[in-house]
Amino acid sequence: MYENAIELKGICKYFGKVKANDNVSLTVKKGEILSLLGENGSGKTTLMNMLSGIYFPDKGQIFVDGTEVTIRSPKDAYLLGIGMIHQHFKLIDIFTAAENIILGMDGKSAVINMKEVLEDIQKLIDRYGFQLDLNKKVYDMSVSEKQTVEIIKMLYRGANLLILDEPTAVLTPQETEHLFDVLRNMRKDGKGIIIITHKLHEVLAISDRVSILRKGAYIGTVNTGEATENSLTEMMVGEKVSLNIDRPKPKDPKKLLEVKNLTCLNKYGVKALDQVSFTAMGGEILGIAGIAGSGQKELLESIAGLQPGEGSILFTDPESGREEELLGKDPLKIKNMGVSLAFVPEDRLGMGLVGDMGMPGNMMIRSYRDGKPIMLEQKHPRELAEAIKEKLEVVTPSISYPVRRLSGGNVQKVLVGREIANAPKLLMTAYAVRGLDINTSYSIYHLLNEQKEKGVAVIYVGEDLDVLLELSDRIMVMCGGQVSGIVDARTTTKEEVGLLMTKHRGGAGA
Amino acid sequence: MNFLWAVFKGIFSVTFVQKAITQGIPMLFGATGEIITEKSGNLNLGIPGIMYMGAIGGLTGAFIYENGNESPNGLLGIVFAAFFCLLFSLLGALIYSVLTISLRANQNVTGLALTTFGVGFGNFLGGSFSKITGTAGQITVYATGQAFRTKIPFLSDHLGPVGDIFFSYGFLTYLAIIIALLATWFLTRTRAGLNLRAVGENSSAADAASINVTKYKYLATCIGGMISGLGGLYFVMEYLGGTWQNNGFGDRGWLAVALVIFATWKPARAIWGSILFGGLYILFAYVPLSQSMQEIFKMLPYLVTILVLVVTSLQRKKENQPPAGLGLPYFREER
Repeated sequence: MYENAIELKGICKYFGKVKANDNVSLTVKKGEILSLLGENGSGKTTLMNMLSGIYFPDKGQIFVDGTEVTIRSPKDAYLLGIGMIHQHFKLIDIFTAAENIILGMDGKSAVINMKEVLEDIQKLIDRYGFQLDLNKKVYDMSVSEKQTVEIIKMLYRGANLLILDEPTAVLTPQETEHLFDVLRNMRKDGKGIIIITHKLHEVLAISDRVSILRKGAYIGTVNTGEATENSLTEMMVGEKVSLNIDRPKPKDPKKLLEVKNLTCLNKYGVKALDQVSFTAMGGEILGIAGIAGSGQKELLESIAGLQPGEGSILFTDPESGREEELLGKDPLKIKNMGVSLAFVPEDRLGMGLVGDMGMPGNMMIRSYRDGKPIMLEQKHPRELAEAIKEKLEVVTPSISYPVRRLSGGNVQKVLVGREIANAPKLLMTAYAVRGLDINTSYSIYHLLNEQKEKGVAVIYVGEDLDVLLELSDRIMVMCGGQVSGIVDARTTTKEEVGLLMTKHRGGAGA
Repeated sequence: MNFLWAVFKGIFSVTFVQKAITQGIPMLFGATGEIITEKSGNLNLGIPGIMYMGAIGGLTGAFIYENGNESPNGLLGIVFAAFFCLLFSLLGALIYSVLTISLRANQNVTGLALTTFGVGFGNFLGGSFSKITGTAGQITVYATGQAFRTKIPFLSDHLGPVGDIFFSYGFLTYLAIIIALLATWFLTRTRAGLNLRAVGENSSAADAASINVTKYKYLATCIGGMISGLGGLYFVMEYLGGTWQNNGFGDRGWLAVALVIFATWKPARAIWGSILFGGLYILFAYVPLSQSMQEIFKMLPYLVTILVLVVTSLQRKKENQPPAGLGLPYFREER
């Protein structure tokens, strides 16, 4: 028997000019758990999607059981015994666990023999030590149960290589422990397992070897036994790259926003923010670093009045010195209190702009209440749209062209332009340069710096550590909904921030 | 009191039950077809139009056959009528499928346009045939119509009221019930049925489970369309006896769509639902009131549908809700 479950050789995948994967090679042996480690955007998921048939590699070879294969569709992958468990479960809500597991399979007969099916699945459950009621409907299930259904679904289809995309992100520590037990049983049974994660302690706890990707490139593979959290972080974040982003010294920083013990729950009832406390100063850029999903989104949304929570968010008016509590107020109330916030959300065309409307319409989302009763005030939004087009060099055939059709960079300019037009006191941006080319990114940095010099408190949630280190004055690092540290961006190092990003206080095995 | 007694006497008569069933059967065909279609996530509002197309298709087939024959055989007439009925309704369903599945056009707009088209198509051909046949200004396919109307021999006239209520209909009535039962069995017991329901609930999950979403949508919409078309065939053949009446089918197609909701997407439930709807549809004629007052009773089937909608929505039982993916086109995820 061939000892490698799967081998990748020289895999490349490009999206336009972006190298999502550049010459990646890795091997998974049968009866082995391999961790795939990397920051956001390092190309882990892209790589795995090529194994599961969602993308097709531009270059490179894939070998299953020693034979070269072509994987063009999810069906090809499943015929080769490759099963991927996505972060977003692909289950039918109103079906039972068993119905979901046999979905799409040709059984012995066209009519379903439920009794036989249940017996077959139960054998799998007993063999690997799952916990699942097969007759439970998916809509009654916890996240962990749904994940179990997905895993059994793959095993029932005869998967020999299982790929789990951040399986523990949605699990409680106990559930994670149980999942790891099951994975160890599968390893004993000779299955190859790839687990995508960025929780270092889990990498060390479960895997035999670790492969590291950074910005699409393959960095290397190490035996878990020889690795430490420090060595892995170093491989993951890499050397510091100099970007030459301007960073004016903050002038006369004043406390503008004070968040104290902010806690809020996500839709699963898990703490998305856990006792978060910090201050944001006017005239300063506060960078927020962290693995995606560490609570950044919830934090910004709480401040913007879009998330309920406990604790306190105190806004101090820089002129009058008046203090206002923002928590528990909706955006309109916050606006009516005279607190001027600007929010550039991560989901630009979903939360930030209306894709089918032109620029003036999108300006009006902020200002439609200003006109006379009943009639819309159209003149000012149109002027504003023209001004933004002029000043930020938005490339569009006309300001009334639907923003959905603009390129990502221009969409972002429209959004940022609108948000800063209101002369905010606090500007929050989430992944402001994601997907933008270098020039546009720099013009966004420039805009943020301009706001900072005007005395605005800028909160910049970012994913690229090099940018965070050069743009921010201070960096707050979040991990698992908690603040794992606030550092001075001028003196800190990439390694320090990287370690803070993966440093869980409490929680699973940390 | 007298009023209630009159209504009571009316609806507990053999004729009322017979008429309710006669009215209900086209709706049952329509609803079964629409349920199968909707289980694939396609909200085909073109069903009323497709039923018109099926109706005129059946008439066309029988006309072609009887027109060239001195002494037409009823059975052959049935074969011709059924074949053309299925062909025409398949055509209607294909128009809808290509537009919504392959070209991803808006389902509601496509469906409504198809209904407008189907009604016009039926009236145009029906009117033309009537012109061609000349004399009475009315097309008739008598032999075929009578063949469709043949009751179950012996049972229908030797069992008294039981025979009248259960056995005095043409074969399409029984076929409608059999198809509805088969559809329920198919949806709940077979692998293909499970896959089909998955497609309608969550196409991307079905795709991930290696189900060919496009194939299932096409097949369900086309087969559903053909089943619905049989409702039109029933109407022109058994109900009208093999003739055409412009707009004669009326709003029964929309009632079929309402019946889908009433039956909470379960074909077997549509069987008694169709009889109830049929009864409500003709109830006005059994109410001793002025004609203008009777009109109010014509809205009863719709009123009942709204009530069912309210009740099932309040219950929030997930199994009684429309397929989650109803009305949504499916794109495979792209980056």
